[in-house]
Amino acid sequence: MRHIGSRTGTYLWLSLLGILFAAPLAWMISTSLKSPDEMANPDLNLLPREPTLESYDKILGQTQTPVFQWFVNSLLAATLQTVLILVTASMAAYALARMQFPGRRLMTALVLATLFVPPISLVIPNYVIVAGLGWLDSLTAVVVPGAAGAFGVFFLRQFFLSLPKELEEAAIIDGAGRFRVFWQVILPLSKPALATLALLSFLTNWNDFLWPLYVLFSPERLTLQPGLATLQSAYQTDYAAMMAGGVIASVPVLLLFLATQRFVVEGVSRSGLKG
Amino acid sequence: MAGTLAPDRAPGRRASKQVKAAVEEESLRTPALTAYLFLLPYLALFAVFVLAPVLWGIWISLHEWDFLLPGKPFVGLGNYTDLFDPSSTTSEPFLNGMKATLIFVVLSVPLLVALGLLLAVGLQGRYRGRNVFRALFFAPYVLGVAVVGLLWRYLLDPNVGVVNHFLGALGLQADYPWTTQLPWAWASLVIPTLWWTVGYNTVIFLAGLQDIPDELYEAAAIDGAGRWHQFLAVTLPGLRHVMVFVITITILASANVFGQPYIITQGQPGEETRTAIMEITELGLQQFDMGSASAMSTILTVVLLTVTALSFLLFGRRRA
Repeated sequence: MRHIGSRTGTYLWLSLLGILFAAPLAWMISTSLKSPDEMANPDLNLLPREPTLESYDKILGQTQTPVFQWFVNSLLAATLQTVLILVTASMAAYALARMQFPGRRLMTALVLATLFVPPISLVIPNYVIVAGLGWLDSLTAVVVPGAAGAFGVFFLRQFFLSLPKELEEAAIIDGAGRFRVFWQVILPLSKPALATLALLSFLTNWNDFLWPLYVLFSPERLTLQPGLATLQSAYQTDYAAMMAGGVIASVPVLLLFLATQRFVVEGVSRSGLKG
Repeated sequence: MAGTLAPDRAPGRRASKQVKAAVEEESLRTPALTAYLFLLPYLALFAVFVLAPVLWGIWISLHEWDFLLPGKPFVGLGNYTDLFDPSSTTSEPFLNGMKATLIFVVLSVPLLVALGLLLAVGLQGRYRGRNVFRALFFAPYVLGVAVVGLLWRYLLDPNVGVVNHFLGALGLQADYPWTTQLPWAWASLVIPTLWWTVGYNTVIFLAGLQDIPDELYEAAAIDGAGRWHQFLAVTLPGLRHVMVFVITITILASANVFGQPYIITQGQPGEETRTAIMEITELGLQQFDMGSASAMSTILTVVLLTVTALSFLLFGRRRA
């Protein structure tokens, strides 16, 4: 209602900015489909003249840059960590939100306080811990430590606190134990929150860069993000090859985002505590 | 339990209230053991990978802690005083990293906040295509920093990059050394960061805008306020809390910058764009001087916690 007069103007500048925002992604996809000949040509074509998958073939075939293996590693790591977070955080958040026990307030305060600890302060000691556990250069190193963050507990605790207690009480009067209440009443009611947390956790792990960059070394053990960084030295100025790597790493998350846009955006704006 | 309810004395509503209170108490009075079992899996992870590292990081910073050497002698605050002693080898990288980080924060935060707000105000209200725009501006945020870095390194490549090509086509200078010379190197860190993360701020601002009642805008319009005056008199005051929050998280995010300079400028020119986190990881995880690196990260942590604490004070004062 209140913007009627300038609606057209708003559309105009939003569209211009929208094009600017979309252009880099379009350019990445277009470049990844160009042939070496076309890349050598100083004229820049928006669309590839003769689209080819040469660059994809090139990077997927190299043993030095096993992009497909990185993709599998990233998928495994992100999926396993997401499952680990959903299980451990939902149980802990339920106890903190709904049970009375000695030490509850202290534990809640302690866990939530670590939300404010900058991740960098954990990197070096965790490197020593992970090395001591013999996890360096293994997928475990990029699955387990990252699941210890307090965000999932914070996020689900908020949600559980907002659920009405009546349903739980009814189940308890019927003689259900706490675990059955959790499993059959609380979790089914929490599907939207669990889905949002799953998405955010998956994205965070898929995109993590600094930690896997230092705890993984062997080319075949890398995940996509640190792997992509090595494309730069492997292919120098062969930007078509690098863009093909970028497309492989981003298309899954972009599709996931488009399919679940509202969950992600609303999850982020509701929690506001990620990053 | 039923015996305590005295059903004959308190019929109807009162009784059901009592039942409810009793049940509630009952439901809260789970054996503590059950609660601890629920907590155990997470707390085990938390203790090993969050709580222990926080404390251990400080402990490491008090030692000459070379990861590869068996002896790790205690040096007290030696690592810390070295960081500020020009004659020590760790001082130059530390001060350089802090300076580069500060420059990046000062350059990026105002733009990230202002453009985030501008986009949110543009997207405000219900109209066709709103969600498409919102998704478009947010989309880069779901990409990893390695993708963002490689992509922008290509776009900003002085010779074959599309940015210089485009500037040339407009008849402007077409050979800016974006990634290798000052001040352009800062632009090649700030612009990609803006593209990558501004959508996050926009989404937070949009949530804040929804909480401003329409009546305030209507009242302002009746008083003859134009769009700009409505923005100043209604939007900005209504967003005060959200604004403090967004500024705080943006400062924290920018102070943690790592991937962009690691990939796009690689710290160039010289070491001008090597940020604090780059110096910490280089020193601690490549040269394995973990004592000094932990001292650096402890100082950075204290600075960032101070920023957080200050914003909490601001929050508190404004709420009162």
